[in-house]
Amino acid sequence: MIDISIQKTLKAGHHQLPLDVKLQVETGSVTAIHGPSGAGKTTFLKIVAGLVTPASGHIKINNDVWFDASVGINLTPQERHVGFVFQNYALFPNMTVRQHLGYACNDTAWIDDLLQIGGLLHLQNSKPEYLSGGQQQRLAILRAMSIKPKLLLMDEPFSALDAQTKHEVIVALKRFWRQHGTTVLIVTHYKEELKDLASSELWIGG
Amino acid sequence: MDWLPIFLSLKLAAVTTTLLLAIGLPLAYWLSKGGGIFKVTLEALITVPLVLPPSVLGFYLLLAFSPQHGLGGWLQRVFHLSFVFSFQGLVLASVIYSLPFMIGPIKSALQQLPANLAQASYTLGKTERQTFIHVLLPNIKASVFTAMIMTFAHTLGEFGVVLMIGGNIPGITKVASIAVYDSVEGMDYRTANHYSLLLFGITFIMVATMFIINRRNAKSPLE
Repeated sequence: MIDISIQKTLKAGHHQLPLDVKLQVETGSVTAIHGPSGAGKTTFLKIVAGLVTPASGHIKINNDVWFDASVGINLTPQERHVGFVFQNYALFPNMTVRQHLGYACNDTAWIDDLLQIGGLLHLQNSKPEYLSGGQQQRLAILRAMSIKPKLLLMDEPFSALDAQTKHEVIVALKRFWRQHGTTVLIVTHYKEELKDLASSELWIGG
Repeated sequence: MDWLPIFLSLKLAAVTTTLLLAIGLPLAYWLSKGGGIFKVTLEALITVPLVLPPSVLGFYLLLAFSPQHGLGGWLQRVFHLSFVFSFQGLVLASVIYSLPFMIGPIKSALQQLPANLAQASYTLGKTERQTFIHVLLPNIKASVFTAMIMTFAHTLGEFGVVLMIGGNIPGITKVASIAVYDSVEGMDYRTANHYSLLLFGITFIMVATMFIINRRNAKSPLE
């Protein structure tokens, strides 16, 4: 069981926006997160990853407490071991496709599998600047999966993929998630693209 | 022409650049993360040598490290170290004087990197140190190179601070810029011209090389 309840005040220009999110989902489920721009969807994912600290609340993953403001527990991102697909990919300009995955894990066979899943085997020695937007997005997804996370956080992960590639990637991801019991939270502006994928939904934005 | 001042200048610039690289990388990283009034004050102190008359810095260093005064006397008694009229004194003064030339470009480059590069690395389980070495540093190579060149060239061009704390001792503190001044004082314009041309040539080639190598992402040296 994933049990999250967090509160934080976001700054939006001169305004302040309260972010108050409660989520309880089963382990191994896929949750689609949607809501208006600027409502705090990305911040919510970063809070779960430990990259942003909320003002109050708790984050409990199965029997582990990652964050609990009342008792001062706050695990670092390194300790949480979550996969994170950033909206703008956050690829490392100095690393090739294979080096991205090698930086995250040492398992050569697993890296080969990932490159196969993402269709990037022929581009394994290319740096991000030589990849198309869709290829960069696939690399960002593969990098997040390379650490075999139990919780995967994805911020608009399919926005740059064409329909065919998106379908292929989603089929491969579903297979992987089932095998590894991965719990997934996906931020999307397009509910429809996740209708066959997500088992629950979360609305952020008042 | 005596080549010793030229070699001494190059040695001083090399030692200063090496030391400042070791000090500047972690310091610039720390400063790049922002902070309170303490960091702002420290950064202002680091930057002051850019605008402060070198003789002022040299004067205070001379006072601080003079064996007749507290700190200088203590260093002399306990460690047998003298920073006045010695090569190590020139190194110390150069490190302080050229610090903003090393810190400025590196800090600026680190601040311009997207924050989520480091965040992505942290989510992959990497520590801050691993992230700095494998992700941040390789992506600011051009700026580190710029900082090294500017520090080296700036140290070659030091005069006031070097004269104040080092004086004009041949083979120990008489660097090329002092040799130019010394030659002019002795009305030996020919030798002064030789030193000056050499200094101009070396610094021009270094700065031009920096722009050629960094031409794809050339930045102002003080960015």
